[in-house]
Amino acid sequence: MKVTLFATCLVDMFQGDVGKAVVEVLERLGCDLDFPENQICCGQPAYNSGYVKESKNAIKKMITAFEHAEYVVSPSGSCAFMFKEYPEVFKEDPVWGPKAQALADKTYEFTEFIVNVLKVEDVGARLEGKATYHTSCHMTRLLGVTEAPFKLLNHVKGLQYVELPGKERCCGFGGTFSVKMGDISGAMVNEKVHDVEETGADILIGADAGCLINIGGRINRQGKPIRVMHIAEVLNS
Amino acid sequence: MSMKTSDEDFKHRLTKELENTFMRGAVSSAQERFQTRRLKQADELGHWEEWRLHGEEIRQHVLANLDYYLYQLSENVSKRGGHVYFAQTAKEATDYIQSIAKKKNATKIVKSKSMVTEEINLNAALEQLGCEVIETDLGEYILQVDDHEPPSHIVVPALHKNKEQIRDVFKEKQGYEKTEKPEELALYVREKLRNEYLTADIGITGCNFAIAESGSITLVTNEGNADLVTALPKTQITVMGMERIVPSFEEMEVLVSLLTRSAVGQKLTSYITTLTGIKDEGDTDGPEEFHLVIVDNGRSDILGSEFQPILQCIRCAACINVCPVYRHVGGHTYGSIYSGPVGIVLSPLLGGYDDFKELPYASTLCGACTDACPVKIPLHQLILRHRQVIVENEGKAPVSEKLLMKAFGLGASSPTLYKMATKMASPAMSPFTKDHKISNGPGPLKAWTEARDFPAPNKDSFRDWFKHREKGGEE
Repeated sequence: MKVTLFATCLVDMFQGDVGKAVVEVLERLGCDLDFPENQICCGQPAYNSGYVKESKNAIKKMITAFEHAEYVVSPSGSCAFMFKEYPEVFKEDPVWGPKAQALADKTYEFTEFIVNVLKVEDVGARLEGKATYHTSCHMTRLLGVTEAPFKLLNHVKGLQYVELPGKERCCGFGGTFSVKMGDISGAMVNEKVHDVEETGADILIGADAGCLINIGGRINRQGKPIRVMHIAEVLNS
Repeated sequence: MSMKTSDEDFKHRLTKELENTFMRGAVSSAQERFQTRRLKQADELGHWEEWRLHGEEIRQHVLANLDYYLYQLSENVSKRGGHVYFAQTAKEATDYIQSIAKKKNATKIVKSKSMVTEEINLNAALEQLGCEVIETDLGEYILQVDDHEPPSHIVVPALHKNKEQIRDVFKEKQGYEKTEKPEELALYVREKLRNEYLTADIGITGCNFAIAESGSITLVTNEGNADLVTALPKTQITVMGMERIVPSFEEMEVLVSLLTRSAVGQKLTSYITTLTGIKDEGDTDGPEEFHLVIVDNGRSDILGSEFQPILQCIRCAACINVCPVYRHVGGHTYGSIYSGPVGIVLSPLLGGYDDFKELPYASTLCGACTDACPVKIPLHQLILRHRQVIVENEGKAPVSEKLLMKAFGLGASSPTLYKMATKMASPAMSPFTKDHKISNGPGPLKAWTEARDFPAPNKDSFRDWFKHREKGGEE
């Protein structure tokens, strides 16, 4: 199966290891991967700050970069949802509207793709440890991917799962919110790390680079002995 | 109290509230309580999503036919001996209510809880005439006694105070001598208020839902105070936002079912009262004169705009009770009587962007509000829409941000520039980098690194790794 990777700019620039894990897991599952060189940022930082006009250029580039793809897979629920939002951005545009819709229709978040398209729940991973999982807001509420990560994690040998209290509560990332409203964001992530710590888990798993950079950054700052892993890295263990 | 509750700027309010650890503790535990109870009630009722859909349909139908229902309502109120006054502005509403107070030579007025009367600053207008205005909702009463402190929540106005603080308010202002036990506090207020109802000249209420087909108004409380406010004084004035209408009792029942569950996680509140017209012959209580004041105050401008869905709101505060930002900043940070997600959407529309331009940014767009809303208002989308309006129409975005976004538009539109940026990121950030992390970032990263580290950019981007690998040089 040919799969086109939408790595996201956060993974491209900051979390290369997550990208590598995504590639290795999908290849093991028999996918043939390509990475369009012309992919850039999905436009969400500008779009969610109210700069729709400025985001449109980026969006058009992305639509073009992925035009050839059969399946587009992204290791971020939030960025994948941004692709789903593209038809809304061009809803009155007769040329770009249908193109945006075509891209939205073939875009999948990484875990959703493995469970719903590849129909695989056990990827043969093994990881010893006690882990908790943060359900990212855009991935669960907006994209509607709620079960796939748990189905996959259930089959990871050696992994003990403990539920995160208030797991549906936002970690305080919110894209530009985290710098624009840094004080509030800091208070929110502080509570999130406290909740993670309460579980006694030594691994925090998530499926969205943004949330993980945020929560991981706070864990680092406080020097907590908790390992932060993207679910792709867990499945690649 | 008008809609705007503070002259301090947003940043000052925020800093003050974030430091208020007690308030934050009170708010987060209240949120947990409300949320658990709401979910339990929704589950027990069953088919919650269908109920929500039905609630949305009812509200949208009313908004689409608002002229019709307003006419029907006013005709039916008149038929039952009531007076209807349409106020286009807050001032028209307060002028009219002042004129009634003057005509009645009123010296004492009792009120049940009403957000719209806060919005139009009614108490101040009546106090200006020399009237004594007494709030009878327990939460509102506490705040009124505490030097007219603004509400921090639309359903539970004194949410930010604990019982010890409430005891101190009564002790300091009224010489209260008993303990902080809720029963003793409630009994104290009950005794104080009972006499006020009996001696008041006018009773003023808000309106949860007005029923068009019968000309009735419905009031939902847990304290029964609205029943005394409407039963004892000879004159009753009810103030309502112009959108708070339902066609008939049937729709009222659906919305009340959604309201009480969403607001406080109750199947029903202790009192749900529907009142029609003036006291009939043979009735033992009820007003001899009834005025219904229907307030526009900017609502008709929202009607027909892209923000119209906010008029579906039934003021249950479910969005506030799940908001992760409200959880930490409390109600007073918003600087508006309407706080939380509903306040973010409503305040700039009713009060203008000048006073409330920061509010749309006080959201992570996490969508918890949209999920909780019993009438399916797409709250986070409306918040995002405000940001677009601020950037595109209002020109209120900071210059530095505009430049950054222009650069984004340029950089993101060019894969060559973007690739260059990914290559430059690591060397550019290297002066700030230690042990693969940035702990004291420059520019916009400063706010981030106050509380947490930021990862250093990869030395080699993922795209380079992938390209290298394709060429057979796997790492």
